[in-house]
Parts: sequence; structure tokens; C-alpha cells
Amino acid sequence: MAGAVGRLNLLKLTQNHVGSLTACAKPFGCASLGIEPTQQRRWESSAHLIKSLPKAKYGGRHTVTMLPGGGIGPELMSYVREVFRYAGVPVDFEEVPIDPSNDSNEDLEYAITSIRRNGAALKGNIETRSLSPNVISRNVAIRNELDLFVNVLHCTSFPGIQSRHSDVDIVVVRQNTEGEYAMMEHESVPGVVECLKVVTRANSDRVARFAFDYAKRHGRKKVTTIHKANIMKSSDGLFLAVCREVAKDYPDIQHDDMIIDNCCMQLVSNPHQFDVMVMPNLYGSIVSNVICGLIGGAGLLSGRNYGYEYAVFEPGTRNTGSAIAGKNIANPISMMNSAADLLHHLQLENHSVWLREAIDKTINVDKIHTPDLGGQATSMDVIKNIITFMQAKTKSSTFTERIEFRQASVI
Amino acid sequence: MAFFSRLILSSKLSSSRFHRLGENLASVGPRANQSLLSQSASYQQSTRNISSSSVEDEFFRSLPRAKYGGRHTVTLLPGLGIGPELSQSVKQLFRVKGVPIIFEEVTINPAAEGMEEMNNAITSIRRNGVCLKGNVETRSLNPAVISRNVTLRNTLDLFVSTYHCLSYPGVKARHQDVNVVIVRQNTDGEYAMKEHEAIPGVVECLKVMTKPNAERLARFAFEYAKARRRKKITTVHKANIMKVSDGMFLEVAREMAKQYPDVEHDDMIIDNCCMQLVSNPHQFDVILTTNLYGSIIVNLIAGLIQGQGLLSGQNYSEQYAVFETATRNTGTDIAGKNIANPIAFLSASADMLYFLKLQEHANRLRKAINQVINVDKIHTRDIRGEAATSDVFSKIYEYM
Repeated sequence: MAGAVGRLNLLKLTQNHVGSLTACAKPFGCASLGIEPTQQRRWESSAHLIKSLPKAKYGGRHTVTMLPGGGIGPELMSYVREVFRYAGVPVDFEEVPIDPSNDSNEDLEYAITSIRRNGAALKGNIETRSLSPNVISRNVAIRNELDLFVNVLHCTSFPGIQSRHSDVDIVVVRQNTEGEYAMMEHESVPGVVECLKVVTRANSDRVARFAFDYAKRHGRKKVTTIHKANIMKSSDGLFLAVCREVAKDYPDIQHDDMIIDNCCMQLVSNPHQFDVMVMPNLYGSIVSNVICGLIGGAGLLSGRNYGYEYAVFEPGTRNTGSAIAGKNIANPISMMNSAADLLHHLQLENHSVWLREAIDKTINVDKIHTPDLGGQATSMDVIKNIITFMQAKTKSSTFTERIEFRQASVI
Repeated sequence: MAFFSRLILSSKLSSSRFHRLGENLASVGPRANQSLLSQSASYQQSTRNISSSSVEDEFFRSLPRAKYGGRHTVTLLPGLGIGPELSQSVKQLFRVKGVPIIFEEVTINPAAEGMEEMNNAITSIRRNGVCLKGNVETRSLNPAVISRNVTLRNTLDLFVSTYHCLSYPGVKARHQDVNVVIVRQNTDGEYAMKEHEAIPGVVECLKVMTKPNAERLARFAFEYAKARRRKKITTVHKANIMKVSDGMFLEVAREMAKQYPDVEHDDMIIDNCCMQLVSNPHQFDVILTTNLYGSIIVNLIAGLIQGQGLLSGQNYSEQYAVFETATRNTGTDIAGKNIANPIAFLSASADMLYFLKLQEHANRLRKAINQVINVDKIHTRDIRGEAATSDVFSKIYEYM
């Protein structure tokens, strides 16, 4: 794969790009627990972080899988299509609807195959309405099957939104496939249920390395590990020990750790003490939601799920929003941010930067806020504003212009 | 397996006892849920412990056992960090102010790996029935030695832990007028401390949830809500992912809700709950939850109202009661520097006095705390003040 990209391009990539961890050769489907013999060579140099080009690019247009999900998903996806159309983004969406009440996994399997083919996906929150415990959550199934082992949530405050804390800038790196989401439970004796939480050294290691690499590339100073090793000595203890080992390979980056209880308390009183946070699955979910609450709501941030070969972008807090579906009041910013992340991943830098600028202008300058942010606007107002901006930009600039890669504002 | 069978057989609380509880608590005064805005004496009486003595009196076996010559004996576990200094101060305070309590102090060496001292402590609590506790550290790195706090809770079957998170008007915080009660499972769940390394590099941790524990917890929560005239109970869970374990917990809570039509019941996923708590904590009334989530929620709310040095928690079993600070911090880095906030420990002592039916002394202590924090505003460093621990204590002495 590396031969397809010219030498100069490769150098540029290593200097500039921060995106996914697509590596050259990868054993297929390594979602199994702890058995990753080929991983050792992967971490020997940062060369593994060179992104290879996304897979499905025909005639200059990328194909991306779109999973609308339930609730507000479909309408947000339609907004994304609109924006992309007006901005002339060379992306085609392959939409795969998944029926929530259907117990069989056909749709899900088709979705996974589609993502394997396309390499990138944009996703809403998929509902799993089946009450049978044998049918596992479809979101979890997608993450496990595609081995999207890390979820990155970059939480920044929006100056135009009033919140109790301003200038928050925290990156949450969260293990995405194991931990409490192993979904292995059973009723051993009637009335007694056991739920397994699985923590493996291999998974913890690659998440920790991702976090430290990310910190290094983005000039971040500190990585904090969040755990509960005082109670779960072996499992969270393993995670913590692995993080500490990895920290030794990065002497420039400060590393400390904090228990989840204390972390929540600190986040709420003083979020500025945190820089990059790395943690197992469940705590990541809780911490992401706490930070989203601090910043101003669930409708703003986008989360990126990365695996070795695939990347899936979705709104940061995985809410379905069934209560506000179809009412034109959902906040489309989280999906817009995810779309911008997607564009960056596909190396469509121009469009990515313009979209981010559009979002910035809409929220901070024009202050077009939907009801969840305390405003009166509808979703369409927000989208129209973004489209206007994008249209103006695409008309005024040519595609051969070089856009300076603005690290801070884009990621 | 013995662990499980013990759990199933041990808790057969009859519902008749609960109904008796309900009747007796119907006489709870009208002040039980007063608003918190007034800083006068009625403030501190309004929602804190006005009827806790009657709640616990009926709910549990009649206590206390160790009452000789009119003086109660209470076990005191100072723990580590700021525990010892605060325990000594409280002991002194009670002695000087004539509170009829004898403290039986049991120190536990954190580095020791044996269970002897722990067993002494547990025997003492069994004898006395009531305990006031700091945070006991377990400095052993050996994973076979389980956390001593957890051992204590499991052995004494302290199945429920309640925290009444009430804002102090005199403390500046980003959220005001928060009034949330957390009822938290205290022995089950993630704190079962059963882990093993299945294959090298793969660790499995068992989270155990049992139906009897869930039932008695739910029943406690609803009885509590009914007695204190609370309107709503929110069950916090993660049943979308942990369908069987948290699903069972949720189902049990819903079943129990049907028996208490006056108390509204709904549920929320922990992620969403955290987000809602951060944006709008006033939508919650009573939160019913499992062990780990309860721990997170308590600390979150403590952060919101600057209450890490102010809130206290009560752990109950059917026969024993243990009172401690809500955030269970050892405070090693502020130990011995005279900057720790003693209010949490004092609040726990006041809870204990209410429990022992020493109303008068309890009221005096609460009034003093109220005066110091809300009126005189003598705040230690954690609530952004300048006072030292000893200043706070001397003022408490003055007011009691």
C-alpha cells in the first residue's frame, strides 16, 4: 500500500497528519481477547501512524457508509447530505438503514461489510429495541467487529455558548471494545447475576500508546489515567500499570492518574487541570457525558472511533434523541462536527476547514442556537447558515489553493 | 458459592415490618421537606434528620445495644490521613459538651496484611451497633488483601448507603439549592472484588448483582421516600449495555414502584444522568443506584456544591449503622496541617446522634454547624476560605 503513495506525499503525511491508525498490513478481524502476536512490531516506530489512503475512491469521489440509526439520526443525516451537496464535497454516501425491532442481524452484517469496503463511516445512534439479552447492542457489535479500539472525544468550549466553565479543552481517549462492554453476563444461580468485565493487556497497551502518541503530536503536556484500581485491583490495576509502562516511553509527557470518583469531582470544580485523559470503556462514557454537560450539551461534540483499518465518526454522546425526533429542534452541530472530522480523515482539507469555520461562525458569531442551547432557532436555521457560508467559500476559492493546516482549530 | 447462598438466605425482610415503618413515619412533621432558603434555625431542622431516629428505629432492630448508665458506647475507627485528628477533636468536643457517648477507638494498621485488627473492629461494631468511621486505608499491594472498607461493609452486610446532598446556602458553588438524596447499594455490584487472570494478559472482573439485595435496597428507597415525603425516585443504571445485571436491578425497582403509587418513579442511564446532574441537578429528588454509579454520582454532586468536606454518608444494615463522610477521602496530603474541613465528620457525628435518639445534642450540633458555615462563614480551604480546622472547632465549641 505504501508504494501507491509518492515519497514526498508520505513525508507530508508524517509531518502533518494526525488521523487514523491505518497500517499497512493487519491480521483480519483481531477482535479476540489478548491474542495479538503481530502487534509487537507495530509500536516500534511512529511509522505505523502513517495513514494510508481511504479505500473507496473512484473517479475522485469517496464513498462513505452512512448509518442513520434511530431518533434524530435520519434527519441529521439528511442535513449532512444537504451541506455536502451545496459545498460540492466529492463524497457519496452509501446509506444502510438498520431496523431496530428486527431481531436478526442481517442489516447489521450488511452495514459492517459496507464499512469494510469503504473504510470510513458516518453514524448516528443505532437503536436495539430487542429486549432479548441474546441480541447485543448493535452499536457495540459494530465496534467489536471492526475492532474500533479507541474513541477520541475532543472537548472544547464554544465561546458563544454560556456555560459555567469556559475555555475547557480536554481530550478524552477511551477504550472502545472491552471493559464493561464485553457483554458477557449470566445468571449463575436464580436471583444472582454475574457480569464479566474483561480487561486485556494488549488492548490497554494500544489505547495507552494511542493516547501518548496523540498527546505528543498535538503538543499536549499531560496524560491522566482514570481508573478505579483501589477496588478493582486486577483489572483497572492492569490498565493503570500498562499506562505507566507506556508513559516511560514518552518522557516529555507528564503522566498521572486519578480515581474516577475524584475525577468527576475535580472535573466539575476545575476542568482546566485536565489535558488528555485515557480510561477504560465505562468511565470514558461517564466522563464524556460529564464534560459535555459542562460545555453546554450533548448536541455539540463529535466522537471519533478508530481502528487499524476503519474509522467511524459519530456524535460524541451517543444519544438517540427519540423525544425530539422529527420536530426540527435537534442540534445538528454534533453531526456537522462529525462530518468535518470525516472530511479531515478523507484528506479533503479545504472542505473540512471551511465546515469548521462555518460551525464556528454559526455558534459563536451569529449565535444561532437551538433550544437545547437556550436559543430559539430550528435545526434548519442552523443548517441554512452553514450552507450559506460554505457556498460563499466554495465560490470564492479555487481548489488548488493551499490551505494552511491549522492544527488547533481543526482537531 | 457459599457467598451466594448466604446472600440469598440472609435477607428475608418481611413486608409487614415495612408497613409498620410506614405507619409510624406518617407522623413525620410538616417540616420534613421545607425549602432550604432560610438560614435560621428552621433551616437546619428542615431536611436534615428530623425524623431519622424514627426511620431507623422502626426499620431496624431497636437500638442501641450498648447503653450503660445512660451512656452509649460507639465504635470509632479513625482510619488514616485526616481521620485521627478529626476523631480526637470530636471526642474532645463530645466530652466537653456533655454528650453521653463513650468512644471505643479501634486503630487499624494499614500495612498489616492479617485480618486480626479488622476482626477486632468488626466485633466491636457488632457489640456496639453503631460506628463512626474515617477512611481506613489498605496499603497492601497484594490483590489478595481486599480493601478494608469493603471488608467492613460486606461482613456487616451494610447493604445500603444513603447520602443527603443538601447545599449549604453559605457556601458559594456553581449550583445552589441542590437537594438530592442518593440511595446506593453498598455490598453488591462492582465491589464484589472477584477478579482473576484467565489467560496471561486477560483479566476478568466479576460484577455480581443479586435479586434479594436489589429488592431490599428498592424497598428501603421507597420507604425512605415515603417517610421523608419525597416525590420522585430515579433509578440510575446501564441496562442498555448490561442487560441482565442492571436490567434485573431496574426491573426490581419498577416492581417495587407499583407498591408505592404516591412516589413517582423513573429511570435514567448513568451517562445521561451525569450530564443532567452537571447541567441541572434540581431535576433529581431521590436517586436509587448500584455501587459504582452511586460512588460516582455522590462525588459528582459533592463537586457541584463544593461539598467534599461537608457531606456525610450513612451506611445501614439490618442491625448496624456506620456513619462516615460522603466522599470517603483519606486526605493524606492535608493530614496534620490543620487545614482539613471537619464539617463532614461533624455532620456524620450529628447523624449518629440522631440515630441514637439523642435529639437534643444532635440539634445543638447541627445548629452550631449551621451557624458556623452559613452565618459566620468560617470556611476552610476546600470551600475557598482561609480558616483552619481549629478555628472551625473553636467556633463549634462556642455555639454548642
